[in-house]
Amino acid sequence: MIKLADIVQWIHQWLTDVLPAFWATIAANALAGIAILSLVLVCVIICVYMERKVAAFMQLRLGPMRVGKWGSLQVLADVIKLLLKESFVPTRADKILFVVAPVLVLTVSLMALAPVSFSDGVQMWDMNIGVLYITAISSLGVIGVLMAGWASNNKFSLVGAMRAGAQIISYELSAALSILAIIAMTGTLSMNELVQSQADGWWIFKGHIPAVIAFVFYVIAATAECNRAPFDLAEAEQELTAGYHTEYSGMQFGMFYLTEYINMIVVSIIASTLFLGGWQPFHIYGFTAFNQVMDYIPQFFWLMGKVFFIIFLMMWFRWTFPRLRIDQLLKLEWKYLMPISLVNLIIAALCTVMGWHF
Amino acid sequence: MEPIINFAADVEKTDEFVVNIGPQHPSTHGVLRFQTTLDGEIIKDIVPIIGYIHRGIEKMTEFLSYKQSIYLTSRMDYLSSFMNNQACALVVEKACGIEVPARAQAIRILMCELQRLASHELWWGSCTMDVGAVTPFFMAFRDRETIMDVFEANTGNRLTTNYILPGGVMMDILPDFIPQVKEILRNLKNFLPEYEALVNGNFIFQKRMKGVGILTKEQAISLGVTGPVARASGISCDVRKLHPYDGYEKLDFKEVVADGCDSWTRYLVRLEEMKQSIHIIEQLIDNIPEGDFRTKTKAVLKAPEGEYYQRVETARGELGVYFVSDGTAKPYRMKFRSPNFSNLAVAKPLNVGAKIGDLIASMATIDLVIPDIDR
Repeated sequence: MIKLADIVQWIHQWLTDVLPAFWATIAANALAGIAILSLVLVCVIICVYMERKVAAFMQLRLGPMRVGKWGSLQVLADVIKLLLKESFVPTRADKILFVVAPVLVLTVSLMALAPVSFSDGVQMWDMNIGVLYITAISSLGVIGVLMAGWASNNKFSLVGAMRAGAQIISYELSAALSILAIIAMTGTLSMNELVQSQADGWWIFKGHIPAVIAFVFYVIAATAECNRAPFDLAEAEQELTAGYHTEYSGMQFGMFYLTEYINMIVVSIIASTLFLGGWQPFHIYGFTAFNQVMDYIPQFFWLMGKVFFIIFLMMWFRWTFPRLRIDQLLKLEWKYLMPISLVNLIIAALCTVMGWHF
Repeated sequence: MEPIINFAADVEKTDEFVVNIGPQHPSTHGVLRFQTTLDGEIIKDIVPIIGYIHRGIEKMTEFLSYKQSIYLTSRMDYLSSFMNNQACALVVEKACGIEVPARAQAIRILMCELQRLASHELWWGSCTMDVGAVTPFFMAFRDRETIMDVFEANTGNRLTTNYILPGGVMMDILPDFIPQVKEILRNLKNFLPEYEALVNGNFIFQKRMKGVGILTKEQAISLGVTGPVARASGISCDVRKLHPYDGYEKLDFKEVVADGCDSWTRYLVRLEEMKQSIHIIEQLIDNIPEGDFRTKTKAVLKAPEGEYYQRVETARGELGVYFVSDGTAKPYRMKFRSPNFSNLAVAKPLNVGAKIGDLIASMATIDLVIPDIDR
């Protein structure tokens, strides 16, 4: 069976044969970047289509049906529309910040994908602080949101940005604490080693109750970090028209839209890497035949399957729950999620020290 | 000499800023503008500014005959157009001494209660959507659509029905009206528990509604609030019970009064009212009397000199029609006491000190229809 890692290795070999060492490195990095970028864009397109279809089926309607079979080309049509629209900058806006904000938000969310381990041996950069890097980078995004809200010179945008700031900074805490619970068990921050550590079972199964609690809390905090309903206060359509991106149009708006979905993909990748075994297939101890069948599904698809499962969860939340109020949102984080996460971290540490986990 | 300004005091003060919520805003459901003074998220002051859709309906009636005025009333509260028509028709009947056949009365009540159901369906959808849940909106519209189809078939219109006239109703009901309505009731009885399962038990929804937007009984009385909003503050004010018209006195139904005073109670009161409406329709649907659907009236009605007043219960509260006649074919002055205008008065006591999210949520439970405010 051809593995993804073999193909990557083969391309790398070919590049080093053809080009001098320096240029080969640059070319390899560029190719890896392009590969990740196109992968993410394809994922986003699938996500947008999936979101509309999931929403539609939850809401007793069909969703996009006209462009292409089952509306499959609808997203493409939307992208073309966004590209052709004028990117309007309001007269009284802070022009530089206004233009930079969406680019910053998008760049930051793409940067977070660098240390992701897509398959065995397929990783752009196996840094030893991978998880820390992702959490650090993804929290930069809030600066772009604040910039957008401030630069728009619109009161709704400002309130939206204010909310986003308060919300993302708060929820990062419980997200990081949930991640730490797993880090405590594995003792590594590298994405690759995290996945390798789950070869004999995913952490959500191995890690006892602390891992389950951490997983649930991480999904909640991640939903909040992505500004998705029921935590979409920064965009709260019924309250703030469109929140921080009220004044954006055309592709500038498109970048915010893209970012939302890339962020979803990033947090889902983290969640599946930490808790659901990344690209590790699902194995049941003792069922050899079953395990072999599972092994035949390529690792890359295992990762994507888990990612889309978590994305589906987030869509399910969005189309079911009403929105929280800002003080309830902060209360939920500071009074419930964070203290429980802290206790959970201590329990996880205890489990690790006593060797209670499997 | 100017006194020296105390800068230290200024430093501790946070700036307030004015945000115009409306006239174009997703959750004012029309061209209503709230001029809110915000301190961060907290509303310090709120001034509703109206008049964006003022059409001068009261003045226009002075140039139209009584029968023509009916057509304008449909355009006031477009979600209770039957009740508006009915109010205007009843007051003219009272003035001219027109007797309404029993069949027409039954049809009127059936249509009005169906309208109340449709209106509350729409309110339920938009209320939950204002709180942030989009899915219930589609469910509400699915069920409302069946009622609108009945209206369309029987009256020719979906919103501005112009169906109830002095002396009866415009047209007789179609033969398949009764099975259709029965089908609607059967569906609604299945769907109402579904609504409750989807929304009522939701923890976030309850958090957003309970204890929010408190309107005390005293405030409600002094502001002249009527309809479900007042009944949720413990005031018995259902015109159908207190001053029955068109044969409501013969029907068995409960006036839904609760004294929770908050958004949650207003929400529950409306859901309960839907059940009562279903109950009313069930009593009537098999017992529509035979006979004329309209008495013959003169082509041009002339009300005797004097003052006349009639009130009805619309889906939003008490609609009063008052007119002064000078004996000619046109009213000398016609005045509508619209429920939404007085219900809008709660905007300030309800929302000062609340947050933006609360403003949207509690105004959603007031259920305003803007053209009825401006007329």
